[in-house]
Amino acid sequence: MSGVLSRYDQGPFFCEIMGRSGTPAAEHTAAIRERLAQLDLDALQRRSEDAERELYNLGITFTVYSDKDAIDRILPFDVIPRILSREDWAHLEAGVIQRVTTINLFLADVYGPQHALKDGIVPAELVLGNSNFQEAMIGVKVAHGAYANICGIDVVRDDAGKFMVLEDNARTPSGVSYVLENRNMMLRAFPDLTTDISIRPVDNYGPKLQEAMVEIAPTEVADPQVVLLSPGTYNSAYFEHIFLAREMGVPLVEGRDLVVENDRVYMKTTGGLERVHTIYRRLNDDFLDPEVFRPDSTLGVPGLMRALRAGNVAIANSVGTGVADDKAVYAYMPRLIKYYLQQEPILDNVQTFICREQEALSYTLDNLDKLVVKPVAESGGYGITVGPKASKEELEVCRANLLKDPSNYISQPTIQLSVCPTLVEGEVEPRHVDLRPFAITGKSTWVLPGGLTRVALRRGSLVVNSSQGGGSKDTWVLG
Amino acid sequence: MARLLARFAEDMFWLARNMERAENLARILDVNETFSRDARGSQNWLSIVHLHADNERFFAKYQAATANNVIHFYLLDPENPSSIYSCLKASRDNARTLRPLISTELWTQLNMFYSWIRTLTPADVNRADLARVCNKIKEGCQSHTGILEGTLYRDEGWYFYQLGKLIERADQGTRMLDIKYHMLLPATTEVGSPLDVSQWNALLRSAAGYHAYRRVQPRGMSPTSVAGFLIFNNAFPRSLAVCIASIDEIVVRLRQRYGLRAGNRTLEILDGMRGTLANRSIEMVLGGGLHEFLDWVQVQLIAVTDDFGRSFFGHAPSPEQAQVA
Repeated sequence: MSGVLSRYDQGPFFCEIMGRSGTPAAEHTAAIRERLAQLDLDALQRRSEDAERELYNLGITFTVYSDKDAIDRILPFDVIPRILSREDWAHLEAGVIQRVTTINLFLADVYGPQHALKDGIVPAELVLGNSNFQEAMIGVKVAHGAYANICGIDVVRDDAGKFMVLEDNARTPSGVSYVLENRNMMLRAFPDLTTDISIRPVDNYGPKLQEAMVEIAPTEVADPQVVLLSPGTYNSAYFEHIFLAREMGVPLVEGRDLVVENDRVYMKTTGGLERVHTIYRRLNDDFLDPEVFRPDSTLGVPGLMRALRAGNVAIANSVGTGVADDKAVYAYMPRLIKYYLQQEPILDNVQTFICREQEALSYTLDNLDKLVVKPVAESGGYGITVGPKASKEELEVCRANLLKDPSNYISQPTIQLSVCPTLVEGEVEPRHVDLRPFAITGKSTWVLPGGLTRVALRRGSLVVNSSQGGGSKDTWVLG
Repeated sequence: MARLLARFAEDMFWLARNMERAENLARILDVNETFSRDARGSQNWLSIVHLHADNERFFAKYQAATANNVIHFYLLDPENPSSIYSCLKASRDNARTLRPLISTELWTQLNMFYSWIRTLTPADVNRADLARVCNKIKEGCQSHTGILEGTLYRDEGWYFYQLGKLIERADQGTRMLDIKYHMLLPATTEVGSPLDVSQWNALLRSAAGYHAYRRVQPRGMSPTSVAGFLIFNNAFPRSLAVCIASIDEIVVRLRQRYGLRAGNRTLEILDGMRGTLANRSIEMVLGGGLHEFLDWVQVQLIAVTDDFGRSFFGHAPSPEQAQVA
């Protein structure tokens, strides 16, 4: 083969374009491989640089809190797409819908009759003692039982090409803006690569989201006013907030733009106060309402919970959804799927050891160098110890943390994540990827075809988080 | 369709003001370098400091109003909140907030414009290159204006942008006239001398009004006629009369089109200003004291801006506004 893949070697990993190691290249990517063969590295490099400059000029950026000089940084964009076959996608889509359905049933149960706790499916103290469990939500009615209206389910693929759920994101998952912008970028930068290949479109995400926000609004309203609530311009995901507000055609508000009177929510406009019916919030629970949560927070809206409890406003995602995406609760998800749906999980979990359980803790301590140890309360890849890559000192720190507070940790075997050809420093090399499909739930659940593929740009690295030097790729679902 | 958020209305207003300021400042620096030389060929850079009432801040940092100091202070100094750099940074911050409302083109141009000015070093703006840099700034501001004209959706936000632009224009124009008039007013013996003419020439160019003025006054150039042109001309886009009339028109249309009930105080003030302008000649103004007149204009503009704050931007709302719409 000539062109940019001529020197590509996927190693022992499953490759998202070539398929399983040691087998002939995957059939469904033949047309794309042929086109990549017609591109040379210099041309690819040039177009890649153009694309990144465009991203920067367009301000498609995120903020890195630890680097105060880099308020705006782009998520590095890799120009070689990740490709999912129609069959793979059908499987993933069904699995994500099953998972999200379970998450919502679980949340309705937890804030309602608590059957699963009483039946011993999940340890009650794991749920009720969880910092993400919000007592203020007990007994609150939520339209269609849709608590987690926007879900991002992180999946990975092992060396056999099998998909597994790595993590559920049921609070305010980020990244969907990159899915849409990456596609725009791809269509502009590589018309020759994309023409006449049937790729499922992603640009109906905004309308679908808007539709769900209307579906969950208080029922007496004919034409509900939807807003997007952002913490403001200095939030790391501010670009995404802008993007979503624009795609939905709704105002992007901050807490200071909203006010609650008589348990109803209003926004401050040039003509005075105007009623708000649905809030897509991109603010954590803690900051939403100083009357109920952190009293020192000025980002939220005093009285918002009163309005929610009175049924005068819908909040997406609803408050307290974090209890379902907790890394400890995650371990019980396969059992919860069987419990609520009487079905086998379509997507398996990655094997997970819950260190609060003595046996799991001993196993974890004995196999630290083979396991990934994760704190259950952190997100964004912080605090993770990747055993096989860690130094002796790092393992000792990890051991001490585990012994000090075992219930704060889970551990998992390291998965040989699948790879995708990636342009790195003028050469196309395999880099590990994961995938975050996005599901929207109103009356029913819809999954955006594809999702965010994050790629670990450092050779051999398994960490794909944007805050840890990851990039992203366009994700094509073949139609 | 939801009404415009009060905060966004204010950001639109300030986006316009900040861009207008940056453009104006670039024009002043450029003109000062090129046209305002005295008999010995040196320029008075201190007048720019006076113009912006920056004496205290400037001399806290610099010993003397040399060309390099003044240029740096007004072009690149991030510590000077009214430097071109600071104006563009503030504009970009406004635009960043407004991104849900403005076009991608508008944002991208501002983003790139700001990225460019961030890369400038003092060496890039030395006097030999000043004209080139100022031109590039003016071009950037005018591209902004053009993109805005061509792409910004004409809703409430657009009206608030226009208000910001016009208020800033009226403010800058009258300030410049106030300072320059006194600085440039020559001893009687020099009236009509080449030097005198070139100074007034510079003032007109700072307001981008030289050629328009020439069409109105093909012969000669007197302080009275230049001041009259900048205050009363009803066709020159930067004259006080045009700015005030346009502000009035826009507030009226804003109220009509969007059913806004506030803004009465603004209309009263504008009525007063229009009446004053209609009933006076430049000779009457000069007779009563130009400085006093311009001072009155400034006070009125501040009152209008304050009323916008209360009426539309949600600053300490009146009981009438607090009623639920």
